[in-house]
Amino acid sequence: MREYDLETLRQLKRGELPFEKVHEMQSSHKDRDRFLKMLAIAQESVPWNDRILLPYAEHLYVVEKPDKSRVVKCDCGYEFGDVKQNWKLSALVYVRDTKEKINEIYPDKMGCDPDWMHIREYICPGCGVLLETEAVPPGYPIVFDFQPDIDTFYEKWLNQPLSK
Amino acid sequence: MNLKKETLVKKKGIGWNGMRLKDMLEQSEQLFRETKRYWGIEKLELREKDPIRYERIFSSLRGGLVNARETALNISASPIVKEIGELCFALYTPEGDSIVLSTGIIVHVHTMSDAIKYMIRNNYEENPGIRPGDIFSNNNSIIGDVHTADVHTIVPIFWEGELIGWAGGVTHEIDVGAVTPGSMAFGHEDRYGDGLLLSCEKAGENDEFYQSYLKKCADSVRAERYWLLDERTRLAGCHMIRDQVYRVIQEEGIETYKQFIREVIEEGRRSFKERVKEILFPGTYESPRFTDVPWKNDPTVSAKARRDLIMHAPLTLKVSADGELHMSFEGANKWGYHSFNCAPSPMQGALWVQLTQTLIPNDKINDGAYYATSLKLPYGSWCNPDYEKVSTTLSWHFLIPAFSGMIRSLARGYYARGYLEEISASFPMTGNILQGGGVNHFGVESAFTNFEMSSEGTGAMYFKDGEDCTAAMWNPEGDMGEAETWEVLEPLLYLGRSIKPMTSGPGKYCGGAGIETVRMLYRTKQQTLFNGLADGHVFGSAGIFGGYPGNAGYRHSLHGTNMKEIIAKQLPYPTHDGDPENSEVDRLVQARENVFDKIATAGPQLFEEYDIYVSVHRGGPGLGDVLERDPALVEADLNSGKLLPRYAESIYGVVAKQNDEGKWQVDHKRTAEKRKEMRLNRLKKAVPVKEFMKKERERILKRDFIEPVRDMYQSSMELSSEWREKFITFWNLPEDFEM
Repeated sequence: MREYDLETLRQLKRGELPFEKVHEMQSSHKDRDRFLKMLAIAQESVPWNDRILLPYAEHLYVVEKPDKSRVVKCDCGYEFGDVKQNWKLSALVYVRDTKEKINEIYPDKMGCDPDWMHIREYICPGCGVLLETEAVPPGYPIVFDFQPDIDTFYEKWLNQPLSK
Repeated sequence: MNLKKETLVKKKGIGWNGMRLKDMLEQSEQLFRETKRYWGIEKLELREKDPIRYERIFSSLRGGLVNARETALNISASPIVKEIGELCFALYTPEGDSIVLSTGIIVHVHTMSDAIKYMIRNNYEENPGIRPGDIFSNNNSIIGDVHTADVHTIVPIFWEGELIGWAGGVTHEIDVGAVTPGSMAFGHEDRYGDGLLLSCEKAGENDEFYQSYLKKCADSVRAERYWLLDERTRLAGCHMIRDQVYRVIQEEGIETYKQFIREVIEEGRRSFKERVKEILFPGTYESPRFTDVPWKNDPTVSAKARRDLIMHAPLTLKVSADGELHMSFEGANKWGYHSFNCAPSPMQGALWVQLTQTLIPNDKINDGAYYATSLKLPYGSWCNPDYEKVSTTLSWHFLIPAFSGMIRSLARGYYARGYLEEISASFPMTGNILQGGGVNHFGVESAFTNFEMSSEGTGAMYFKDGEDCTAAMWNPEGDMGEAETWEVLEPLLYLGRSIKPMTSGPGKYCGGAGIETVRMLYRTKQQTLFNGLADGHVFGSAGIFGGYPGNAGYRHSLHGTNMKEIIAKQLPYPTHDGDPENSEVDRLVQARENVFDKIATAGPQLFEEYDIYVSVHRGGPGLGDVLERDPALVEADLNSGKLLPRYAESIYGVVAKQNDEGKWQVDHKRTAEKRKEMRLNRLKKAVPVKEFMKKERERILKRDFIEPVRDMYQSSMELSSEWREKFITFWNLPEDFEM
């Protein structure tokens, strides 16, 4: 079975692994222990002790709290609440809904028309990092990007059921 | 009449052991329903007993298909086929399930499967009959295809009187004889403008096309010599595949061949599920997408088509506990009187082409993957119209953005599993497409479809920027073609082809950049040209993890120019449009009429000699927070011209100055300060989401949106009670709310 050492995977996470090596990774059979190794790398990189159950999105993790509840947490420590609720509802948002605001990112004629579509920027209240953007027509429900089935994964795919 | 029916029932079928094909197909489907396994196969006996032999058979067939494609494309004279490689071949079981495929535009592997199954279900075995040497042609998307431009040739393969499979090939035609020139003409209201329609038509026998068939095609389309050579391209490829199947049977025996073709599909199904469990995360992923049709005031389109509208593709992807992939477009809005409707067959084909570039990036893919996936397409919507006469000439305009969310959803799964090397922010729209026709530079009535749109910027990856002007989702072999070759076909000179600034979607890693070309009509009195496959008022794709979409498009055309004088006086001429706020085209060229707007998809427009047509392509979406982009990369973007200087600070918080040689250099200290300030400003400017939602809800209750936005919501709610419930619940609206 193919395996990569932790340092190689740390470099991959930091974007420092030479492209040839990444390309080889892309073309090879997958290393089955990747999840657990990446989990360890994530755990060592954060300044808090809650157990990470999965890397959820860039800067975001699903963690297990001491009371066994599962919450979405930013690497800065800000907690967005229960993983079953859309974390964006507990974020800050900046909406680019005028031509002027859109033209800070795109030249005139190369962005969207704010009457047809606006850009929502979801920001972590704890550290100000830009976590997600949505480009949707005004009035669109906030998108719930990912609802992981954590128990199925741990029980049936990883064969390591989580205690509840 | 009854006697005749009885006679038909008793007649020996062409299938295995005298079965009728229809019965074989029904039996196959029944066994799958009952066992959830292809043909109910429990054990892959051949594979387990002699794996080397099994793989050798696969490689022989696969090699035969790739060889057929690479050889046959040389028969074609069309740059779309010969240069771009817009063709593919596949081998099918008697019931129409794909076994192996060639390289190329493999979206059609499943569309041809649908066409074969249509023939079987509609008893082609009896009428018109299926015999050795027969040739069938199809380009009907409602039966199984994407649009009329993609023409299938399908040939049955017999062995000792039994049908043992089908060979199929597809090419994209330069013109299909639609109401206006070009392979994907639009602006008309329904299928009566779509051009020549071939509905699984028997086109020949004894390995020869009927003269009448070829005559009909030649008389029905423009640029007919390309069409006729493409017919021969596909037929030659199918016959090469048939010969290869015969060789394999001679070497391995017919019973082994029969066993192999079923096992390899069941293996494909199992492998797919294993792969999903290996690399994804179970759960539900959402990634809706949109595109615009801004035609309310477009006089070039038919009266019924004159509406502003937004296509709504609310993609939901579910990865089940047992590794199956279930996709749904529940909530998609209604089909329309335009040419961007999409039948279920191309939707399935698009799923296919995405899978081959993501979860199954190897040669061992077949309809086994189809049996491990499902696709929900609401009846009456743009992706499953309840009116069979809809126009579908440019289905890709809706299909491409609709599927861009699939790649982002997979990316989230890869991220959770730690397979960061697989992550992409997805593809952008594939446009602009320049197509049209008229009396060309050789003095003959002709048509063309320029395929440089096969090379858009790709999405940012987790560890690097996307590739510049490289690929299109539907054609993994992305190639923009030589400008000189297009100039042979098209009466438009290339004044320039270059990287377009500000096309890359911003992010920690940016999308790859798109190109733009400036074309000038030359040695032609008049041409009808389109702008298309292009998002203008909206973004057809989106970023991920904080990245932004790549550019939306625009239309820029100059009519009645002074280009003749510019050339005569050898004055500077425009090679690119560049920054649209300081267009080089506008600076160097004078014109009677300057069309410069956001109607990026526009119906047939008349152009004359020396008129200018700007073709703006797309960059890929970005990934990650822009303030985390390495300032050295921003510096490189400035020096390559991909990033306009005024955006280094407003997007990335990078402070840079030009040195004496004109090279941009980052001031790292000031950049760090600027970024700190921008992060703090973000926190000041942003509001809690709940506060935003409160205001947005009030806006919804007032229906304070432009017509296409209101129409989109109303249409989705009317077609789907499920989506209506979701919308009303989310915004806490009255039960009887109507938009």
